[in-house]
Amino acid sequence: MKEIDELMKRPSEWLRGTGPVSEIVMSSRIRLARNLEKFPFATRATKVSQGEVLAVVREGLQRTGAMRQSHVFEIGDLDEVDRQFLVERHLVSREHIVHADHKAVAIGQGEAISVMINEEDHLRIQVMQSGMNLQDAWTIIDGLDDELSEVLPFAYSSDWGYLTCCPTNTGTGMRASVMAHLPSLVITKQINKVLHTITKLGLTARGLYGEGTEASGNFFQISNQVALGRTEEELMENIERILKEVIHQEQAARESLITNNRTQLEDRIWRAYGILRHAKTMSSGEALDLLSAVRLGVDLGLMNGLNRTTVNEMFIFSQPAHLQKLEGHALTAKERDTKRAELIRNRLGGPA
Amino acid sequence: MLCELCKQAQATVHLTEIVNDQMSELHLCEGCANQKGAQVESHFGLSDLLSGLADFSKTQEPEEVSSKACPSCGMTYEDFRKVGRLGCSQCYATFRRSLGSLLKRIHGSPIHIGKSPARLIKPAKVGKSELAELKRKLEQAIEDEAFEEAARLRDQIRRIEQQEQPHAKPKKS
Repeated sequence: MKEIDELMKRPSEWLRGTGPVSEIVMSSRIRLARNLEKFPFATRATKVSQGEVLAVVREGLQRTGAMRQSHVFEIGDLDEVDRQFLVERHLVSREHIVHADHKAVAIGQGEAISVMINEEDHLRIQVMQSGMNLQDAWTIIDGLDDELSEVLPFAYSSDWGYLTCCPTNTGTGMRASVMAHLPSLVITKQINKVLHTITKLGLTARGLYGEGTEASGNFFQISNQVALGRTEEELMENIERILKEVIHQEQAARESLITNNRTQLEDRIWRAYGILRHAKTMSSGEALDLLSAVRLGVDLGLMNGLNRTTVNEMFIFSQPAHLQKLEGHALTAKERDTKRAELIRNRLGGPA
Repeated sequence: MLCELCKQAQATVHLTEIVNDQMSELHLCEGCANQKGAQVESHFGLSDLLSGLADFSKTQEPEEVSSKACPSCGMTYEDFRKVGRLGCSQCYATFRRSLGSLLKRIHGSPIHIGKSPARLIKPAKVGKSELAELKRKLEQAIEDEAFEEAARLRDQIRRIEQQEQPHAKPKKS
């Protein structure tokens, strides 16, 4: 689709690799789950009710400052590659692109804001920012939510807050999450201990693409587990406080590797770089692992002439749908592996 | 890699031990690891998230008749138990008692203290009504013996009373 091709031309703003602690934190995201009164949730929805929800939400978005200019994509109008593209960009969940009836996503300028319509909840409002920056994400999403709540009758009870399809989201309907790159905790095998502790403190950790996905490229999405009984600020503060500790641990592990195992560490990073720069075929799993090592090298200042934005972009642009969009047509897995290797070689100035 | 103890099953648990700066590694299958008392962490994330939900399917909720249907969407509590998702916002009122204890189990608290929709906030009356609401919630929390919650609400009420100029929305830090 033409408008998706437009998105393809620019990387999302949150990939810039700027923002606080961006040597460890790739992005910060907040999402709010909201439902409309009087319409059944997804579990009991009919095609008619979903069609009405879509129309009402579209009109509501038109009446906000931030999303008046947004583009609304109906998932049903998109082919498989375009749908997958939206998932790879973190603009929609993996669940949102199956059973596409009346499902849609509104995407704002720079892809910072997206609103999924008719996901598990009628609205899933999401804001993403580069680096460790939940505060700015909150300011943006809070403002949009206020505007929307003026024009849309959100299901809300004074005791239980925002009423959601799944009771794990009831209350604030908020999930704040931080995508952290923790390669040194993985190398030093401390990661399980850290993740275990996080879970004990009311947070949860998942992989790059959300619920049920494995951690790949040493990226971990860390988010709040409870949504009720705390203010939005308290939930964010809790994540920030614990993340600060995780970041500190990762930094300490990086320093220890540099001090005690510098040769092995550099060897690992430069080997990864060598393979990325020269390989003729590469699976997405291998690419993620090698890019993770190279990103660590960039973050440690070991690699001159390569910047974080380039590495961040390669993480996303080497994903299957992005490759197919670049190529302009569908590719088999084998063809993708060849194209992926070619894309990365080009970006790293390797042989054609 | 095979388990170093039974030498039969695939080793899926990898333990690293550091004693006096000497690092040793042990590769075990899940069965042997469990027997050795090692803490086996399943794939993180989803299972933790669902553990709060998993137990409600087993828990009996005596107050709610499981066949009682939501007048708005027709969902019964029995249906909800099976899918773990509610049918509409009216379900919250229909299954109020059972959901109250479920929400408390999942979130550790049954009372919302976060933001509310803008249209519900009447600017002129913000201060009074919010304060009254918080005080009502405080009483409810004490009644529910949710003391951690009560302490938080007490602090919030204090903050607002000190500020004199109360806000309906939580302040940014």
